Amino acid sequence: MVRQLGQTTLGIVRDTGDFTLFCGRAFMSLSKTRRLPRRILRAVYEQGAVCLPVIAIVGVFTGLVLGLQGYHVLSRFGSEGLLGTLVSLSLVREMAPVLAALMLVGQAGSAFAAELGIQRNTEQIAALETMGVNSLGYLVAPRLIAALLVFPAQAALFVVLGLWGGSLSGSVLLGVDSGVYWSAVERAVEFRDLRECFLKAASFGVLTTAICAYMGFHADRNTSSAGARAVSASTTRAVVFSSITVLIADYVISSFFI
Amino acid sequence: METTDFALEVEGLEKGFDGSAVLKGVSLRVPRGSIFTVLGPSGTGKSVLLKCIGNILAPDSGRIVFEGRPLRDPAAREDFRKRCSFLFQGNALFDSLTALENVALPLEQTTSLGKVEIFKRSLKALQQLEMKDFADRYPGRLSGGMQKRLALARAIVTQPEIVLFDEPTAGLDPLRRNAVFSMIAKYQRRFRFTALVVTHDVPEALAVSDRVALLNQGRIAFEGTPAAFAASSESGVALFRDSVDALHRTLAAIRSEQPATS
Repeated sequence: MVRQLGQTTLGIVRDTGDFTLFCGRAFMSLSKTRRLPRRILRAVYEQGAVCLPVIAIVGVFTGLVLGLQGYHVLSRFGSEGLLGTLVSLSLVREMAPVLAALMLVGQAGSAFAAELGIQRNTEQIAALETMGVNSLGYLVAPRLIAALLVFPAQAALFVVLGLWGGSLSGSVLLGVDSGVYWSAVERAVEFRDLRECFLKAASFGVLTTAICAYMGFHADRNTSSAGARAVSASTTRAVVFSSITVLIADYVISSFFI
Repeated sequence: METTDFALEVEGLEKGFDGSAVLKGVSLRVPRGSIFTVLGPSGTGKSVLLKCIGNILAPDSGRIVFEGRPLRDPAAREDFRKRCSFLFQGNALFDSLTALENVALPLEQTTSLGKVEIFKRSLKALQQLEMKDFADRYPGRLSGGMQKRLALARAIVTQPEIVLFDEPTAGLDPLRRNAVFSMIAKYQRRFRFTALVVTHDVPEALAVSDRVALLNQGRIAFEGTPAAFAASSESGVALFRDSVDALHRTLAAIRSEQPATS
C-alpha cells in the first residue's frame, strides 16, 4: 500500500512537472511562430465566436434562475430591493467566470483536445516536426493567447446577459421595480469585483486550454488504449481535469480576494 | 578505392520498445542522388528505421551521419531537417487546410518568403505534380493517389535534398502501387533528390531503385543492387523475394489434393 501511494505521488509530481514544462515550452515557442496574429484570430474565432450561442443561452437562464430564487429568498426578509445586488455580485464574482469557463471547456476545449489527439494519431504533429515547424508554437501557443482574450470576453457577455435575465424574472415577471433593480446593480459592483471576474476568467482560460492541449497532444501516451479510443479517452480526461481545475482555481483565487 | 558520395550513413543503429529490440545494429549507406529502398516483411522495423533517420524517434544507440556530420550534433540535425522531407505512410495532410494551404505550410512557417512568393512556389509544386486544378480542395475530398501526390508536393516544395518515403504504397491496389513508384522515379529524376524508401513491394522496388537493402528481424540481411538482389541465393533474401512463387507452389499443392468425400 505504501509502495502504491509512493508510486502515485511520484506519478503526480512527474505529470505536474511535465505539464509545467509543456506550458513553458508552448509560451516560449511564441517567438518562433510565424504569422502568429492570423493563427490567434483563427483560435479566437474557434474558441469564441463558435461558443457564443451557448454562452448566451446559459447566461440568460442563469440570470433568470438567480432572479427567481433570489426574489423568493429576499422576500422572506422584505428585502426584494436587494435583488440587483444579489444577482450582480453572484454573477460577477462567481457564476460568470466559472460557468462560462465550464461551457467553453465543454465545447471548445473538448474539440481542441480531440483535434490534437487525431492530429497526433494521424502523424500530422510528427509531420510538422519533420518540416521544422515548432508544433507547440503552431498548434498550442495561439490557443493559449486566444484563451486570454476569449474567456474574459465571454465572462463579460455572460454577466451582461445574466443581469438582463435577472431583471427579466425579477422586474418583469415578479414585480421588482426596474429602477431599484438596476440602481442596486450599479451600487453593488465595484472595480475589485470586476478585477476578480476577469482575473478568474483569464486564469481559467489559460489553465483549461493548457490542460486540453496537453491531453490531446499526448493522446499517444495512453497505454491502456490506442487509436480512436485513445483520442476519446484523452478528450474525456481533458474535460474532467479542466472542470475540476476550474473549481479548485476558483476557490484559490476567491480566497485571495475575500 | 571507394569513390561513391554518400548522402546518408547509418552505423550500428539500435532501437527497442518496452525491452524488446526492434533494430539490432542496422548499418547502411545511401548514395547521393539515388533511390535507395529498404525492403522487408511487415513488423521488421522498417518504419522505425526511417523514423529514427527522420528524427521522429530517438535511437537507443548507433550513429546517423549526414554529409559527414553525426545527427547527434544539434546544428547538423537542424541542417538535416531543413534539407530533408518525410512522406508519411498515411500522408499526414492537414485536413482543415486546402491542398494549396497544405503545400504552403512549410514555406509559411520555416522561411521568410513573402505571401506572393509562397503562393507562386506552392502553386508551382502543385502544377509539377499535376494537382493545380485541385488547389482549393480539402485532402478529404481527394482520391488516395491524389493525396499521395499532394503529400509529395508538400515534401518537395522546400526543395529538399533527401526525401524519406515511409511505405508509400501501403493499402494501394497494384495499379496505384505502380503509379506511386513511377511518381517517385519520375520526380526523383526531375528534382535530383536522394530518395530513401521503405516498402515490402519487391517487384516495384526492384524496378525503380538504384540500390536495395533487406531488413529482416532488425538486421540488414542484404545490401546491393536490384540485380544482385534478384540473383541472390542467400536464404533470407530468397525467402522474401520468392514469396509469391512459394504461394503459387502452396496453392498448387492444395489444389492437387483430392477433396474429402463424405
